[in-house]
Amino acid sequence: MPRVSFASPTTIDEAAAALAGASGLAKVLSGGTDLLVQLRSGRIKPDLIVDMKRIPGMIGIREEGGKFVIGAATPGVMLSDHKALEHAYPGIVEGVDLIGSQQIQGRASLAGNLCNASPAADSVPAIIAARATCVIAGPNGSRREVPAESICTGPGRTSLQKGEFLIEFHLPKPKPRQCDAYLRFIPRTEMDIAVVGCGINVTLDGGGTCTDARVVLGAVAPTTVIVEEAAQALIGHKLDADTLARLDAAAQKACKPISDKRGTIEYRTKIAGVLARRTAAIAFERAAAR
Amino acid sequence: MSKHHVTTTINGEPIEYLCEAQQTMLDVLRDELGLTGSKEGCSSGDCGACTIIVDGNIVCSCLMLGVEAEGRKVQTIEGIAEGEKLHPVQQKFLEHAALQCGFCTPGFIVAAKALLDNNLNPTEEEARYWLAGNLCRCTGYDKIIRAVMDAAADMRAEAGR
Repeated sequence: MPRVSFASPTTIDEAAAALAGASGLAKVLSGGTDLLVQLRSGRIKPDLIVDMKRIPGMIGIREEGGKFVIGAATPGVMLSDHKALEHAYPGIVEGVDLIGSQQIQGRASLAGNLCNASPAADSVPAIIAARATCVIAGPNGSRREVPAESICTGPGRTSLQKGEFLIEFHLPKPKPRQCDAYLRFIPRTEMDIAVVGCGINVTLDGGGTCTDARVVLGAVAPTTVIVEEAAQALIGHKLDADTLARLDAAAQKACKPISDKRGTIEYRTKIAGVLARRTAAIAFERAAAR
Repeated sequence: MSKHHVTTTINGEPIEYLCEAQQTMLDVLRDELGLTGSKEGCSSGDCGACTIIVDGNIVCSCLMLGVEAEGRKVQTIEGIAEGEKLHPVQQKFLEHAALQCGFCTPGFIVAAKALLDNNLNPTEEEARYWLAGNLCRCTGYDKIIRAVMDAAADMRAEAGR
């Protein structure tokens, strides 16, 4: 691999300064499960790699009154092992769990999955469905908190400015009878890239009627898609055959996929509808039990 | 550009080395430290032949930079046996003939050892999903899984003693 410089800052400000001050291309290193592959293939040629893992707070999960704060570089295995997070947001955890293999899970992070900005990222639909926010650090001590859906602007592109990087994800405290789910379809059984990914977060009233919802599709457009019409199909309704049919149709309508070796446009569109149905069923069942 | 000095622990031993920033942990293990048990199968984190354990988690050493090992605890295939005493997973691989060319074997053994450290009673499905990141072109996986399940049974019996 071509030569590169490496920095391992121990504070956020040190990291932001290193990124902002780099004369050439500087890349953030969390788990490295996308970065090193791209380095090796020559797809990117950074001059500087900045490892974020030594900064306190970048790895770890804490609960603050029911809200979750997740360090940006926290590896998947830590998320999967966190019982309270799994209970509150099983959809996010199962999305993270589907990324790669057990070896990838030992390193891959939410921030990396989001900022790599693949349309097929597995953790992203449920993160967005949860209305998660991201705290971004920048040069000169700047901090800003933005909705997770504002980060990806296109395949491989983010809204982050030079010198900026994610430090935390904030997940709101789930309401009573609120829960989520994530399903994806892949051609193989494991270790593949989503043909369609669907993350749904719903809130129900005591009678099982949906009072709030977010339906997010991955891998069917240049970025993940928040399907407003699908949410409207759920809100005010129970999950009966009629609701499912409207949800299915709304999901299909929102798709703008490409045809590639894993699936055609027609196939991805149909599967989006199928997954929306199945994901909603799981989310509703979980929400009713919370 | 000067090299980085790394201080780490590999298979229980304190180890120091110099490496360039772009060298992967796999490069360092094989080229700098002579620990050639970990194999380079794909260099893209798909095949698992380079699997090592870092701070208790299995990772692909081809997706980790050598500089990242600073202060961490690393275990490689070379550290799985205790001297001459094979780990139950290794013993069962031999008994079940769970290898042919042997190229994927170090990765499988490290990954399987980590599985059993984590869960001494996996179902076959759990074992297969845990090992999904390790690819084998020779065996068709059947004997590998039987070996792992048999090792688990032996280790449970031993723990029960």
